[in-house]
Amino acid sequence: MYQKKPEIGKGVDWLMVWLFAILVMIGLVCIFSVEYRSSDGVIQSFLGFKKNYSKQFFFFLACIVLATFILLTDSKFFTATANLSYMVGILLVLATFVIGKEIKGSKSWIPLGFMNLQPVELCKIFTALALAKFLSMQETDFERPKAQLIAAAIAFSPAVLSVAQGETGLALVYFSFLIPMYREGLPPGYLIFGASLGVLLVVSLLLSTKTLLILFTVLAALVIYFNRRQVRRNNKLLIIIVSAWAFCALFVGVAIPFTFKHVFKQYQADRIFSMVGVDNPFADKNAVETMSPEELKIKQRKSEQQNYNVKQSKIAIGSGGFAGKGFLKGTQTQGDFVPEQHTDFIFTSVGENFGFIGCFTLLLIYLGMILRIIFLAERQRSTFSRVYGYGVASIIFFHVVVNICVTVGLAPVIGITLPLLSYGGSSLITFTILIFILIKLDADRQMVLR
Amino acid sequence: MLVFAAVFVVILLQLVNLQLFSSKYKIMALDQGTFRKVIYPDRGIVFDRNRKPILQNTTIYDLMVVPNKLKGIDTSSLCRILGIDTAQFNKKIVEVIIKNGRSRASVFDGLLSEERMATLNEFMYKFAPGFYLQERPVRSYPYDAAGNILGYLAEVDTNFLKKHSTEGYQIGDYAGKTGMERTYERVLMGQRGIEYWKRDNKNRLTERLENGKYDTAAVAGQNMYTSLNIELQELGEKLMQNKLGSIVAIDPRTGGILCMVSSPTFKPKYLTGAERKKHITELLLNPALPLLNRAVGASYSPGSTFKTLQALIGLHEGVITTETQFSCHGAFYGCGKPMRCLDFGTFDLRHAITVSDNTYFANVMQRVINNPKFPSMDSSLRSWDRYMYAFGLGHRLGVDVPSEKRGNIPRPEDYDKVFGKGHWNFCSFRSVSIGQGEVDVTPMQVANEMAYIANKGYFITPHLVDSIEGGDKFHMLDSFKTKHRAIDIPDSIFEAVHDGMEGVVDHGTGMAAKIPGINICGKTGTVENYFHGVKQPNHGFFCGFAPRENPTIAIMCVVENSGRFGGTYAAPIVGFMLEKFLKDSITDKKRKERLEYYANLNLIPPRIYVEMRSQDSMRHAKDSAYLVAKGYIKIIKDTLGIDEEDENDALDKMKKDKELVKDTKQEKDSSNKKPVLKPEAVLPNEKKKPEPKDTVRN
Repeated sequence: MYQKKPEIGKGVDWLMVWLFAILVMIGLVCIFSVEYRSSDGVIQSFLGFKKNYSKQFFFFLACIVLATFILLTDSKFFTATANLSYMVGILLVLATFVIGKEIKGSKSWIPLGFMNLQPVELCKIFTALALAKFLSMQETDFERPKAQLIAAAIAFSPAVLSVAQGETGLALVYFSFLIPMYREGLPPGYLIFGASLGVLLVVSLLLSTKTLLILFTVLAALVIYFNRRQVRRNNKLLIIIVSAWAFCALFVGVAIPFTFKHVFKQYQADRIFSMVGVDNPFADKNAVETMSPEELKIKQRKSEQQNYNVKQSKIAIGSGGFAGKGFLKGTQTQGDFVPEQHTDFIFTSVGENFGFIGCFTLLLIYLGMILRIIFLAERQRSTFSRVYGYGVASIIFFHVVVNICVTVGLAPVIGITLPLLSYGGSSLITFTILIFILIKLDADRQMVLR
Repeated sequence: MLVFAAVFVVILLQLVNLQLFSSKYKIMALDQGTFRKVIYPDRGIVFDRNRKPILQNTTIYDLMVVPNKLKGIDTSSLCRILGIDTAQFNKKIVEVIIKNGRSRASVFDGLLSEERMATLNEFMYKFAPGFYLQERPVRSYPYDAAGNILGYLAEVDTNFLKKHSTEGYQIGDYAGKTGMERTYERVLMGQRGIEYWKRDNKNRLTERLENGKYDTAAVAGQNMYTSLNIELQELGEKLMQNKLGSIVAIDPRTGGILCMVSSPTFKPKYLTGAERKKHITELLLNPALPLLNRAVGASYSPGSTFKTLQALIGLHEGVITTETQFSCHGAFYGCGKPMRCLDFGTFDLRHAITVSDNTYFANVMQRVINNPKFPSMDSSLRSWDRYMYAFGLGHRLGVDVPSEKRGNIPRPEDYDKVFGKGHWNFCSFRSVSIGQGEVDVTPMQVANEMAYIANKGYFITPHLVDSIEGGDKFHMLDSFKTKHRAIDIPDSIFEAVHDGMEGVVDHGTGMAAKIPGINICGKTGTVENYFHGVKQPNHGFFCGFAPRENPTIAIMCVVENSGRFGGTYAAPIVGFMLEKFLKDSITDKKRKERLEYYANLNLIPPRIYVEMRSQDSMRHAKDSAYLVAKGYIKIIKDTLGIDEEDENDALDKMKKDKELVKDTKQEKDSSNKKPVLKPEAVLPNEKKKPEPKDTVRN
């Protein structure tokens, strides 16, 4: 349809559009394969708006309309309204505290009748726009800590709200904004610090606090011993080492227990620990003892359910083998063994029906899309478009990686959708808007945006 | 960008690991996602010689429930039909949910009776879709007779599974346990089919895997046509009720078994369906051994029926002629100690058979054993054995019914063992000459021996199955085609024996078997027997064939411990059987009355009743002692039905009962608990004295 309207299609990166369309199609096929039973009539149920694949199909049609509108919009509109839309987004998120509907344990949904809207999901777009706007402002000097702090505030305040709503998974997505910031000159020290923090976290989950403290002390002593000459010459080094040791000790001894006891909910902590294969040492033992048998049973069932999800997901993907079982022939898919298969676990139906070849192709398409977006971002003349492009790429990257890692058992269960494939209006519309704003910005890249 | 690619590579590596190198996920998926459903074909139908089905399949229904579809169902009217209250209903639903889950179908009420099925079926629409009726095929016995022949199905045990590991049985399957169901299991079973189904997360079967690409179809079991005459069988069972023993009838021309009664027997329908467990315990513990197929599984001394064979041997060996005469002066004096005979006079062969003279046949066998033709007694007895084997005795015939006994024909080696080599002679086993002592035969062997005499020198292995629909794939009937003629004996010899046997029925010891207008050849037998060394009432035997000119039936009847003589009870029973078979029905009014008289006669030896009683009282004593000791008075009250009495009274009563049992062991059965003691085996010929008393007549 784009070809028929050359004025819309002018300058549009058709490769991106095709990648987008292919992914949505794959998504439709996958949702269809999850829900279709041989007794259903294909056409009726596709148009019936009862089955999920039918709904997704109509969402797709809506998205085409939406994309057309975006392409018709003047790209200046996005820069102009970036901050405003960000405010609206935050307000929407705040509104869920009042009028929110609870779905699957998180009160982050606004019921709209025909669908449920998740503002945190939409807020990704606004955050990407606002961050781009802020970083592209001439008065912003990203070398300065003040600018860095403001950028961080823009990027992470929706995340904080999201955690407050009990939607940890989506909050994590906002960490992906570190990538565009890094591109714009965030010192690599932050990333190194973050990475080592991550290693520390994993280690502290695997080993007991006491062992770690001893380990750190020994490590610090060894470092001091081997560098005793430099230390003697330079007292500052000693201070650095000691303070690093103190930080690690505090992190392991205080921060981690505190986080797991008070910040995370029990089930989240359990999930993280089950991921690394250790029982949760911070579980409230008194609570367990005082629990009634029914409560204990429920709790046990919950944790079984977690393991069950991942196990079933791995079975479905693993049983696909090299070439897969064939379309609509997956026994795991047809037997409803994988919970949430049409949303967060949609990748399992690819794995089972189309096997390794299918998964590999899908990953290639995603990688191609991400690299294409980065390529588009790099050819932009305006900082706004570039930052925005990187933002889109990072969000998609984060979603894809975390989602697939969950399904193949490399990450704890985090409720994150697979972009464009997973069933869900919010998610599909969000990604459509994200991608098409980028396409529009790219189409107008000759214009100088501010 | 490298970072992006690197992360994707990590994911790819895990995918390779999961999808290409770990086979465990494929196995797990197969385990939980598919189901191998075994399709049981209908078992083959068994027909009698007149093409009447005697063992076929029928369908009974189970009421199934799917708990999560119960909303809005009129449960109270269902409860009314089933005769339960709502509390019981709810309890049952909860049980079902615990056992099988909410979304899977479970049996709510199994094996519905016909009346209940009828009412339910009418109102079933009210209870759908939460309830539905599911058919279940079971074996049915249209005549409720011939249980010992047809046998029954039972769940396979581990032993069976081990033995038949290649035939695709699994735990929970049913297979023939006894009778024809067992012998012809392979034919009747057919071929199982396998369907592969997809299974969902609630363990429901959803659809065929790949539209049934890997399925194999079930092949129904083959139907079988037997030589059995079911009406004759029914009459036989009627005549033998309240008696221990058996009747076997064979068509001598084909070897086809016409009837094979074993008494007491069991109603085969009791052993299919819901009440099986209860009945099988009762049957197993009954001291009269109803599950023993006496026709092939019990062996007796043949008694005087043996004399016909002695005559054949004597004549063929040439030690006597038909005109040879011996006299009875009250005993056989050939050996030092006299062996009594009761028919004073001098007899030729025909007459000797007719009056069943002991002395005559003692002399005949003495001459056979002491025949100067043979260098030693060893070889002469061996030659005698050869005759007996040729007559079908002393070895298993190969009848198509399980657990056949071989009987016994004494060999020289056996006597060597007892008396020492060379330290025995005819006098050591003279009672064998009149069918006592070490000879052992099954009723089937005697009937077959009659077929041999009727055929004048050959027999065909007795069998039930004539033909199998669709061909005898397993070659199970091949052995029933050959005529066994091991020794050629001229017809003239048989004619002489036939003359004697005809005389038995016409004016001899077996007159009670007489039917006007038909020449019947017969022979009575009265057999001494011992149980645990204690002499028991005689067994009554009668065997024969008819009509003499063109024999179509050879028959044998044993009435265990009937007392008196073979001609007293066995002969009239055979008479009725022959009349039924040869004339198709018994029409004469007087004969009918006589038939009813014999049918109602109770000849079960008192030993059996004593044993039953002692079983009960021992059990009772054990139970009550235990219960009193443990103080389970309430349970006792329930079982004894003495609700009105208070506990102390109950206790007193129990104590009294206990003492009574100790003193007299005559306590009546007042406990309905399941029996716990095993009965003693009561095979009629368990133990034989080396030298039974020689006071046999007939």
